[in-house]
Amino acid sequence: MTNTNMTDTNQITAGLPGEAVKVPSRLSWTRIKDHPTLVIGGGIVFIMTLLAIFAPLVAPHDPYFQNIAARTIPPVWYEGGTRDHILGTDQLGRDYLSRLIYGARISLLIGFSAVAIAGVIGTTLGLLGGYFGGRVDMVVTFLTTVRLSLPIILVALAIVAVFGGSITIVVIVLGLLKWDRFAVVVRSSAAQISRLDYINSARAAGASTFYILTREVLPNLAPQLIVIATIEIASAILMEAALSFLGLGVQPPTPSWGLMISEAKSYMFFSFWLIAIPGVALATLVFAINLAGDGLRDLISPDGRG
Amino acid sequence: MGIYLAKRIGLAVLVALFVSILAFGLLRLQGNAATALAGEGASPQDIAIIVETYGLDRPLVVQYATWLGNALTGDFGTSYFFKRPVAELIVSKVGNTVTLAVLSLGIALALSIPLGVLAAVYSGSWIDRVCSLISLMGQALPSFFLALCLVMVFAIQLRMFPASGTGSWQHFVLPAVTLGYYITPPFMRLVRAGMIDALSNDYVRTARAKGLPAHRVVLKHALRNALVPVVGLVTVQLGLLIGGSVVIESIFALDGLGYLAYQSISYRDFPVLQAVVLLLSLVYVVLTLLSDIVNAWLDPRLRVS
Repeated sequence: MTNTNMTDTNQITAGLPGEAVKVPSRLSWTRIKDHPTLVIGGGIVFIMTLLAIFAPLVAPHDPYFQNIAARTIPPVWYEGGTRDHILGTDQLGRDYLSRLIYGARISLLIGFSAVAIAGVIGTTLGLLGGYFGGRVDMVVTFLTTVRLSLPIILVALAIVAVFGGSITIVVIVLGLLKWDRFAVVVRSSAAQISRLDYINSARAAGASTFYILTREVLPNLAPQLIVIATIEIASAILMEAALSFLGLGVQPPTPSWGLMISEAKSYMFFSFWLIAIPGVALATLVFAINLAGDGLRDLISPDGRG
Repeated sequence: MGIYLAKRIGLAVLVALFVSILAFGLLRLQGNAATALAGEGASPQDIAIIVETYGLDRPLVVQYATWLGNALTGDFGTSYFFKRPVAELIVSKVGNTVTLAVLSLGIALALSIPLGVLAAVYSGSWIDRVCSLISLMGQALPSFFLALCLVMVFAIQLRMFPASGTGSWQHFVLPAVTLGYYITPPFMRLVRAGMIDALSNDYVRTARAKGLPAHRVVLKHALRNALVPVVGLVTVQLGLLIGGSVVIESIFALDGLGYLAYQSISYRDFPVLQAVVLLLSLVYVVLTLLSDIVNAWLDPRLRVS
């Protein structure tokens, strides 16, 4: 079994000297297995996603239940910790582990939804600009330049301040702001692909522009899109945390990791773990997503420059 | 070069104009700016006074034109909260932000150039992998969490630096370290990619073949050429620096533009917020314009497309 895999990879990566080697971007397990970063990162993300989905089953307590008599109980490994609250309780006596698990829901939900919106906007703009070129491309480039000029966090903060903070608002704002990387990458790839012979053949065969864009161009961009989406999800999760930390994102009592850190700020001298636990959770999730993204990029473009 | 210059400057002006429309329109999204300004529970008289003072009853286009016209002469109106001219407020804060930006840029370059070069020279080896691991971990650590950790250790426990505020050079240390660390990973990737490109050039091979010592080939021949595109890309990443400074200045209550913007959002101080959004965007527009011009001047191939 191992032997066949070895030859597979050898065949794929071997090319004639001086010839650009194009690796088929099949995401098969035999290929994935050779990228430990992808396996480790993807594994952590997978576990955290499962925990988030099944939060009601996994969480030991109600994340909203306040118990004034049991405030800031330290985690079990500190003196004074109890088995009942493994990660302790917060300043309102809510079970910290349960809040942490429900917090993963918020982070992942916002990260995935915002990037889905951004991906659709950016990919559409990029496809149009790259395929049509000329004036259309000028408009797309212009919009991208305008978007890049705006300080994203400031605009997000301002919009959330005007409309009020909620999960929906944060998703929409991040979705409307984070499409630039999709547009830039898709635009240049689509421009290259549009000049290839098979696109001309499709045109000659009478295929509609819509068909060519969605069936001939887009599938070739899928691997790149997956990599960008991964990185952008990580960045959207961090941005949600920052917005919530500044008080202009998800509102209390929703358990968002950024908000949990913000709420624990005044207790940080005596109960630093209230900040450390969600902080480490956030860093772990983002690290795992980026690690998986890096692995995916290696899998797709092994020259290491991407 | 003349045509390229004219086109590029024209684009920058258009972008700046469009950004100004967005900066102005952003805060009118909600509809009634006067009620938003006055806050909940304001009396009709209060609202009438605000409408009168800010001319909010005029058509939006007129309001925008007036605002832009005044802005071009350096008059951004009067802050609703601070009761001072916005331009004066901004001038008084800009120094702190520039100091913070320069310090953190210095920290970021001091970290990212050696690490990026190392990763490129030993590309594919364990050194490269350690460097990319460092960069990934840096990217994953939320800046505000790092800020609180630094405050805990260096301000609360060791009492070496103040936890927040402005006034002395010590106040800049923790914010600059946080912000510098925050922008290091993308810089490192840029340096690495630029160096890999530079090292694959023929003149590097020639230098190697001549028998020059490895460090001279890397530092003198490759790095110098790698840095040109990197400088251009770094300016593009400045958006990150500007955005990061908003979060970090707010955490450390460092009295710069970012903190001013955060305060103006909290107080719904629209004139200030509009001005800061416009100015920060303009900084980006001007810097990318300069970097494009410098690059086109250095590399004539870029002028054609």
